[in-house]
Amino acid sequence: MIRVQNLTKRFDHLTAVDDLTFEVRAGEIFSLLGPNGAGKTTTISILATLLLPTSGEAWIGGYSILKHPLEVRRLIGVVPQEIALYQDLSGYENLWFWGQMYGLKGRELRQRIHSTLEQVGLSEKADHKVRTYSGGMKRRLNLAAGLLHRPQVLFLDEPTVGIDPQSRRAILDFVKSLNREGITILYTTHYMEEAQELSHRVGIMDHGRLIALGTQSELLQQVGEYDTLILTFEDDLNPQPPLEALQRLPGVINVLQEDHRLKVLTRTSGEILPHLIAVCLEHGVRIRGVEIIEPNLEAVFLKLTGRALRD
Amino acid sequence: MRRILLIAFKDLLLIIRDRSTVLMILIGPFLLTLGMGLISGQMGGSASPSSGPSDIPVVIVNQDGQSLGNALVNVLSSPELATLLEPGLVSDVEEAKQQVEEDQAAAAIIIPAGFTRSLIPPAGEWQAWLPSSSSNIPLQIYANPGRPNSVAVVESIVREFLFRVEKGRILGWTAIAPLVAKGVIQPAQAEDVGRAWGESQAWSGVEKDLIRVVITEGEATRPRDLNVMASMAPGMALLFLMFTATFGARSLLVEHRQQTLQRLMITPTLPHQILLGKGIGVYLSGVVQQVLLIGVSTWFFALNWGDAWGVLALILCASLAAVGWGLFIAALARTPAQVASAGTALMLVFGLLGGSFVDLGDMPPALYVLSRLTPNAWGLDGYAILAGGGSLSQIAQPLLALLLMGVVLITLAGMVLMRSRRFAQV
Repeated sequence: MIRVQNLTKRFDHLTAVDDLTFEVRAGEIFSLLGPNGAGKTTTISILATLLLPTSGEAWIGGYSILKHPLEVRRLIGVVPQEIALYQDLSGYENLWFWGQMYGLKGRELRQRIHSTLEQVGLSEKADHKVRTYSGGMKRRLNLAAGLLHRPQVLFLDEPTVGIDPQSRRAILDFVKSLNREGITILYTTHYMEEAQELSHRVGIMDHGRLIALGTQSELLQQVGEYDTLILTFEDDLNPQPPLEALQRLPGVINVLQEDHRLKVLTRTSGEILPHLIAVCLEHGVRIRGVEIIEPNLEAVFLKLTGRALRD
Repeated sequence: MRRILLIAFKDLLLIIRDRSTVLMILIGPFLLTLGMGLISGQMGGSASPSSGPSDIPVVIVNQDGQSLGNALVNVLSSPELATLLEPGLVSDVEEAKQQVEEDQAAAAIIIPAGFTRSLIPPAGEWQAWLPSSSSNIPLQIYANPGRPNSVAVVESIVREFLFRVEKGRILGWTAIAPLVAKGVIQPAQAEDVGRAWGESQAWSGVEKDLIRVVITEGEATRPRDLNVMASMAPGMALLFLMFTATFGARSLLVEHRQQTLQRLMITPTLPHQILLGKGIGVYLSGVVQQVLLIGVSTWFFALNWGDAWGVLALILCASLAAVGWGLFIAALARTPAQVASAGTALMLVFGLLGGSFVDLGDMPPALYVLSRLTPNAWGLDGYAILAGGGSLSQIAQPLLALLLMGVVLITLAGMVLMRSRRFAQV
């Protein structure tokens, strides 16, 4: 359904998207996972025909984004990261306007608006101005505006940023239900849990490049024999953990400090743990707790980049 | 087309929903007009000459030298009009025109030879008394385009004079005919009696009536205040039209900032359709503002704006020119704040330069030329002509100027915007 080939986008001296190539199959939820600034939003902007690529090409539903942008726009729906709604219009009026812009009208439009508002749980607030909505409600309406016209392909750009857990849960469930209806979804996020929960396949992006691509099991195989050890320290981190000494320990792949926690990627967690504790104690660092995490996408990212997703 | 109108309708709705905007573009100018009217009229105390046109230099060429020509000269030179007009008599038409062209006079009134004879024929040519006679020789007013308000005043005085003359002719004819029919007077006497009657009706109270109508109805403080309002209201309406246009155009950048423009750009809508829709939205808001302001001021201040079609045409053309300026500023600006500050500055400069605050007739020639860049100046010219009794055809020049200004600026703005990051795929 989506084919991306050697897509590159440069802004002056910054390469936001660097030689990106991937495909998204019809009916699939494909996630682009990566930290802020990885190039996810730029990729979506190019695919949505808002930006021109510096080089490369992409096709959606067989239409070239360069040669047939209007046809592409008819196939796609976009839920931007920002709340792109008119604050002084009501929820109903916003959907009416965006529906009309996609050619919907009359009874069909009214029915779509009612059913979509029902789906996102905003029926009771339909006549209220968007300005009065909570952050979560605005996010849900933002989502509704992007899929009112029942697109074949839906781009969701970090749709859960900055909202409460309840609204986040509602959005994730809604995305799954849309996919069950047959909509192909390209989802960008920097939340590893969301990518793991939703995606059939995941592409991991960093600095504009696609550094890994596959199903979750395929990706996890890359770190299949690795565990992540998490050491939690006292709040008063004085002295600091001896990162260099820990990194030198045999069997340690990567060490990363996050606040009062230390993430250690290792393939021999059982053997290495006593040594880790000993080194810490030698340096006067008091350990409050130890946790061993099964392999996950964050571990993949950590292994590939040496950094955490939140960086 | 449907998408274009949808965008325009949405923009208009958003403006109406914004209370602070409504306050600024509708209630603001109304209150400002009222306030300035009160300050320069009632609160200023006496009816000072500075509150309206005064000492208008007029040059008169009386080639007629007969009773009507002399009467018009007497009216224009009468003490009652002394504060309003500053008449001067010359014998040469070219000299009079030169004075106008050199801005020494607001208008030249040329009373052609035979003017009286064409209206009051000599004895024996009684058919010429008929009102339908087409052999009248017209008066000529050679107007200074730089002093539209003054010209409008002069024109209204001359028109009133001609109306009185025509009234005398008609009354003379209609009064004498029944007398002849009933045998009260002999047909041979009819012409002499009719001439005397008509002349008496034409001249009776001419000066008194003219003075009353144009400026000085003694006890009539109310008509005087209305005159102040009449000069304030169009100025304020045009001043705030500029605000509405720049505020509306600012929405281009606001929408870009709040990402709704990007969302519009990925609907199956072409960039020029979006731009056109937004332009129409701003234009409609300007038209609605002007219609409401003129309607309310007509009702509240009892203002007479003149020919309705002319006023409508001026509203449409002035709004187009103002939208042109608004979009042009928006095209060059990078942020909504830049549009807001540049728009406010432009509104005030155009207000000063365009005659919204001071009479354009008082401006030095260089500033007068600059004022032609503003929609305010052309709009005020048009409104002054209409208020002076002018018709739609007589405001063709201001209309064309406004239309041209709007088209050129909108085209330029469109070209800049279509190449910008906001509208072009980059």
